[in-house]
Amino acid sequence: MLETDQFKINIGPVHPSTHGGLHVEAVLDGEIVTDAIVHLGYVHRAVEKIAEDRTYAQFVPYTSRLDYLATHLPTLGYVQSVEKLIGVEVPERAEYIRVIMAEFSRIASHLIFIGSLAIDLGATTGLIYCMRDRERIMDMFEMTSGQRLVASYMRVGGIAQDLPDEFIPAARSFIHDLPKMIDEYEGLIMGNEILQARLKGIGILTPEDAINYGVTGPNLRASGIAYDIRRAEPYGIYDRFDFELPLGTTGDCWDRLNVRVAELVQSARIIEQALDQIPEGETKAKVPRVIKPEKGLEVYHRIESSKGELGYYLVSDGGEKPYRLHVRAPSFVNLMVLPLISRGGKLQDVVANIAALDPVLGESDR
Amino acid sequence: MSEYSLEDMLQALQEQLGEKMEVSSDSFFTFLRVAPGEVLGLAKNLRENYGFNHLANLSSVDYGETFEIVYHIYSIPENDKIAIKTSVPRNKAEIDSVFSVWPTADWQEREVYDLMGIKFKKHPNLIRVLLPDDFEGHPLRKDFKMEGR
Amino acid sequence: MEHWFLNIAHALTGWLVSLGLSPGWADFILLIVQWVCIIGIVTLNVIVLIWMERKVAGFIQQRLGPNRLGPFGIFQTIADAIKLMTKEDIIPSQTDKWIFMTAPMFFVVVAVMLYVVIPMGDGMQLVDLNVGLFYFISVGSLSTIAIFMAGWGSNNKWSLLGAMRAVAQMISYEIPLAFSLLGVVMIAGSLRLSDIVAAQGNIWFIILQPIAFITYFIAATAELNRGPFDMPEAEQELTAGAYTEYTGMRWALFFLAEYTNLVAVSALMATVFLGGWQGPWLPSWLWIIVKTYLVMQVFFYLKWTFPRIRMDHLMSFSWKFLIPVSLANIVLTGVGIEIFRWMGWW
Repeated sequence: MLETDQFKINIGPVHPSTHGGLHVEAVLDGEIVTDAIVHLGYVHRAVEKIAEDRTYAQFVPYTSRLDYLATHLPTLGYVQSVEKLIGVEVPERAEYIRVIMAEFSRIASHLIFIGSLAIDLGATTGLIYCMRDRERIMDMFEMTSGQRLVASYMRVGGIAQDLPDEFIPAARSFIHDLPKMIDEYEGLIMGNEILQARLKGIGILTPEDAINYGVTGPNLRASGIAYDIRRAEPYGIYDRFDFELPLGTTGDCWDRLNVRVAELVQSARIIEQALDQIPEGETKAKVPRVIKPEKGLEVYHRIESSKGELGYYLVSDGGEKPYRLHVRAPSFVNLMVLPLISRGGKLQDVVANIAALDPVLGESDR
Repeated sequence: MSEYSLEDMLQALQEQLGEKMEVSSDSFFTFLRVAPGEVLGLAKNLRENYGFNHLANLSSVDYGETFEIVYHIYSIPENDKIAIKTSVPRNKAEIDSVFSVWPTADWQEREVYDLMGIKFKKHPNLIRVLLPDDFEGHPLRKDFKMEGR
Repeated sequence: MEHWFLNIAHALTGWLVSLGLSPGWADFILLIVQWVCIIGIVTLNVIVLIWMERKVAGFIQQRLGPNRLGPFGIFQTIADAIKLMTKEDIIPSQTDKWIFMTAPMFFVVVAVMLYVVIPMGDGMQLVDLNVGLFYFISVGSLSTIAIFMAGWGSNNKWSLLGAMRAVAQMISYEIPLAFSLLGVVMIAGSLRLSDIVAAQGNIWFIILQPIAFITYFIAATAELNRGPFDMPEAEQELTAGAYTEYTGMRWALFFLAEYTNLVAVSALMATVFLGGWQGPWLPSWLWIIVKTYLVMQVFFYLKWTFPRIRMDHLMSFSWKFLIPVSLANIVLTGVGIEIFRWMGWW
């Protein structure tokens, strides 16, 4: 027998497929990964510390920058937790617009997921197709907030401004075209046998492990557990919409991809219902100029972000700034299972696993 | 926890722990306040007997003399929720790790250790997670000096 | 038009002889001129090819591709080449310098050597070796060493991984590559490429040997390290594999060599399976260019639509599928030839 040696290789922090500054220290035996150690913190911006020095309203734009791929979702979570803290009723129209924007963010984020999974497996063209379609969502964000990537559109008590006239036709035409887009991805990305061979049976996460390690969101549903905070603990007006929870069966990377593709359709369904039901009216509740929650109040509010359970733990000391803000970042917790699902696989599977877990490093490092 | 109601559970826990547990609640959560030494036992009890299998959030707050550690726990799929609270003194910021109950506590405890400087005993790998290994101090403590402002 | 290049060559030798050189020396000088021409054509061709690949990629990805410099952005590659040539040549201090520096040159030399035997038109062949096909395969496999030198000399783990993958992959795919060509050789009865072209006077070997064509195509893609088999580079996994540490012109030389290899392999495919330079109306040298470019288009399309295959899948695909299939093809061809002989159709 040949004498072999373990081989340590650093995937990242500067590497084409780590989605930002992720650093995975892979211990290799040939091409087989015997261990993977995740090092985080390359995009740490001390968001939680910054929050202690900003007023409740000033902090809204920072939240947009947590998960910059689904910009409205982290903002929605934050403003809702502040609203819970001070007990504000949000106008109906604002609630509907929030749902529409949140679901568009989810679609945008999932499109990036599909595209980046494709490009991480070497199918460069897949990314371009997803980006092309995501561009239409970005245009809609620009219409409403003037910003494309980090929109900061939500406000405590409502939204920044009402929808422009051209928004609803654009949204409807996107929803109308979505099945065609998915067909295209089906042909280019999901239908490819090489891609299937690289994803099926790779990075299997059992339901038990998924729950033990606190995995949430599409990754949890890919393991076959029907748990979605929009369904389990509806926030905002999510209890009014009819949608399904796509589930995986084996919890491998292929399921994670398919769950997200199916979620595109479900998000589109929610948007369609919201567009049908949206009432006229105010878009912003009366909120005091200086938000001062009572002393000692605290709230843990969580929403279903495109990555999983995004929670804000907000503690007030009666001042105009949060006493403590903790962000429960789904990417951070989901990344914890990367070593678990990568062990025993090939080096190339690590890349597939990272892409399939869909971490956003801006969120996980905060 | 479907066969138990929250009240039943609280009663049973109260009987077990007696004076050592203080129950309070606001409109969002029911808080179980216990001494730091009781957390691990309570966590085990909640997980094994009442199905609280999802440790959603583990965070800490600096209240000057003491640090408060909060565990927001859910059960999947029943979606019951409860929170454990405990306080550790600033000069002896130590608590048992709940890694053995919820493996997801691994990085969340490392984060609390990293940013707040609370030591988790029996944690398998308690090193900094977000900040560099040679960083001095724990930035989320209120007495952390920020430079450059 | 047909004999332009031959006439130029004859005129050149005639002029040299008239200057008082012996015919042997005249032939030698002609050979050098031909070499220089080939290197020039190869380099210029790469510029066109890179532009073309980027245009094809742009077409597939619904974007424009290069469109700023010159008509349809044709000068973009020239600008890139100038940039690469003027870039600082960084040789990392921990490298094995000689191996590191010679690897790209070796790669290019090997790639250019392939052109010696390719018939680029009627009678337009540098050396008509009687083992032409054998020469092509064996010289082509030398590029493995160049990539391995690059990976080893770089003293970088990613490079080493890329190089190891390259070696494993290219050695494994060498076998189906050679086996798939054997069927053609059996029918043509010769390893001489001009004989193989002549044997396709009536019918192209792609029709007689479709299985061999497909296995050769797949094996050749792997030999060329092109997507979906671009393991040695694998930019999403190995950053740039064996080429990670290279900069400027040294890096560009690898690309030059890869594209040169691509043209050579496509030309060989056109020669062996698509009737070589034979074709109606157009002059023979134009036919081989047309066919080569058509084959290359397929390589481009494959690369820009397929994801990368996994290393172990790649190996098992070669050993468990391509090699048995190409072996079966040899048996089938042998049996077929015997039947034809027996029936008296041969």
